Amino acid sequence: MTTTLGATPSQTVGPFFALGLCAQRCNELVSGGVRVEGRVLDGAGEPVPDAMVEIWQADEHGSYRSDFGWARCGTDAEGRFSFRTVKPGRVDGQAPHLEVLVFARGLLKPVLTRMYFPDEENAADPVLASVKPERRETLVAASDGADLRFDLHLQGDRETVFFAV
Amino acid sequence: MTQVGLEQDPHPPYDWPAYRSTALRAPRRPLVILQTTETELTGPAFGDGAVGELDHDLTRQHAGEPLGERIIVTGRMLEPDGRPIRNALIEIWQANAAGRYAHEVDQHPAPLDANFSGAGRCLTDADGGYRFVTIKPGAYPWKNHPNAWRPAHIHLSLFGRAFTSRLVTQMYFPGDPLFPHDPIFNSVRDPDARRRLICELDLETTEPEWALGYRFDVVLGGPAATPLEE
Repeated sequence: MTTTLGATPSQTVGPFFALGLCAQRCNELVSGGVRVEGRVLDGAGEPVPDAMVEIWQADEHGSYRSDFGWARCGTDAEGRFSFRTVKPGRVDGQAPHLEVLVFARGLLKPVLTRMYFPDEENAADPVLASVKPERRETLVAASDGADLRFDLHLQGDRETVFFAV
Repeated sequence: MTQVGLEQDPHPPYDWPAYRSTALRAPRRPLVILQTTETELTGPAFGDGAVGELDHDLTRQHAGEPLGERIIVTGRMLEPDGRPIRNALIEIWQANAAGRYAHEVDQHPAPLDANFSGAGRCLTDADGGYRFVTIKPGAYPWKNHPNAWRPAHIHLSLFGRAFTSRLVTQMYFPGDPLFPHDPIFNSVRDPDARRRLICELDLETTEPEWALGYRFDVVLGGPAATPLEE
């Protein structure tokens, strides 16, 4: 039997994380590119003004690189966040997607989800296929002119699909 | 550190009524099991450029010295099998010695300290080691329930090898009398896991006539805990 050290438990980011985590803007992976905007909403449909969204993605050729693909944005008073990025290439037969973590006051550990693109062949994606059809739309961004809109519902009728790994 | 079975969940649940802010923010539907792909097994790396020379020393970021008890917080970032996690970014934030955050949302009537911002960052070294110099934070009141006070703590945000092993946690100090009353600390149900949130006084780290030392090792679980590369 191999030695296994106990993992350090998660704790909430609390209300003051911007002090340590959002002092520098880091929500633009590229200039130009595609703009993704959304809101983090609670179970009453109210904005969550003290959340932080992080994304991780492959580059446009479908390669995961240590020096590209991560970004972070704290939400504003209306719960809004935004990123400027490129659509990633396909990886291992998966449709292009962003991996998304949301941290917030009131979340004792982050929630993990994915954002897919509306103009792609998403039907064959194995992860989407593992989600009940009626909930898949919570994982696909909507076109909003040239931009994409992706709201995150932590709770409620339109609760976003969250994953465990 | 103690050995634990893999089946024990060291993390808090989403829904924890004693911490009232979970009520409208905890997901209610079961999580969907995600078969890990390259997306989940990879993550960003941060080079030396990500961190400034004095970012790890919260007592030297202003013209004067902050008030309070100077401390050194050091430890290692590890995989569950004990391997060090190298060149990993750690970000911290905390209240000042009076229990006040330099954040506009914190309006509780304790003094701010013009010489203390309360934010720091560093990269782990080849041994997974890190070291911060700071001020011991004060306890502070919050509105969760009548007469609610948070035990003194430092927030830490850590990046492991994989994005999905990201961890944000809080480090507490030994012997805090507020432990039994804090719903956030007690949201970790396993007492052994809860103890892993508490640093240890360490005389090896302590610098005589200057600063008390505390040791806090962090173990990141997640899918990267299974051997992947290197």
